[in-house]
Amino acid sequence: MRMETPLSRVRGLGSARSGAHHWWLERLTSIAAFVLFVWLIASILRLPSLDYGTVTAWLRDPIAAVPMLLLIVTTFWHLKLGMQVVIEDYVHEEGMKLFSIVLLNFFTIAGAALAFFSVLKIAFGGDASNG
Amino acid sequence: MHRNPSRPLSPHLTIWRWGPHMLVSILHRVTGSGLATIGAAALVWWLAAAASGPEAYGTFVSWATSWIGIVIGVGLSWAFFQHTLSGIRHLVMDIGAGFELSTNKFWANMTLVGSALLTALFWFVVLGVK
Ligand code: HEM
Repeated sequence: MRMETPLSRVRGLGSARSGAHHWWLERLTSIAAFVLFVWLIASILRLPSLDYGTVTAWLRDPIAAVPMLLLIVTTFWHLKLGMQVVIEDYVHEEGMKLFSIVLLNFFTIAGAALAFFSVLKIAFGGDASNG
Repeated sequence: MHRNPSRPLSPHLTIWRWGPHMLVSILHRVTGSGLATIGAAALVWWLAAAASGPEAYGTFVSWATSWIGIVIGVGLSWAFFQHTLSGIRHLVMDIGAGFELSTNKFWANMTLVGSALLTALFWFVVLGVK
């Protein structure tokens, strides 16, 4: 650091070069989330009931399971990008910021994995009680 | 990294004149954060419960249909509609459109009206049909 001229330091502090990519992915995932949530809301409103049998039978059909899997990936991706910006805006202390972002990544991936696996489990047949 | 106090801060909340655009901007962040935490947890719970079997699903349903569950559900649905409408507004403004003052204000207000209407409509259909 000490070897840098002020100009090069400013350059280094400017664009981290991944910002535009982050911005773009936030837009891309928001559009995908929009389409998939319109599908989810329409599906929920059209299902005759939201009880166990109806919901699991619905998710066993690839025509529902696949969009649901895409919805999970898209939404968790979008939310991870979004919450990272929120954290960066409010958490200024470097250690705490790093810790928060590590936690965010852990929770995002764990949540997405749990939801994703759940849909796969339903789609591929068995449930815990009646196989 | 510590902030250098001799550098100016960007203008913040206190210096802008209040208007619907400010409320909608703040709400975009609040609703996004609410959906990302409570909403994501609810989605995961719903799907994991459905994957675990009727008993776990029953536990989820009894929470979701309790009064606290309904309050959270209505809140999440409103947050979703508000975030989505102001998200669309974001995307339109990203293209460079809608910055003219009265247009901007009009659409900011429309996200608020729209999210209230969509929330009402959604629950009307959910409760009316079933
Ligand atoms: C229900 C699922 C969703 C969740 C959990 C979610 C969550 C978030 C979060 C946490 C942020 C960051 C907020 C901020 O920086 O102030 C964000 C930003 C954003 N969201 Fe969503 N969102 C969802 C759906 C959508 C949808 C359907 C759209 C569609 C139009 C959308 C459009 C946007 C846009 C454009 C941004 C960027 C805003 C900015 O750069 O300030 N989101 N979202």
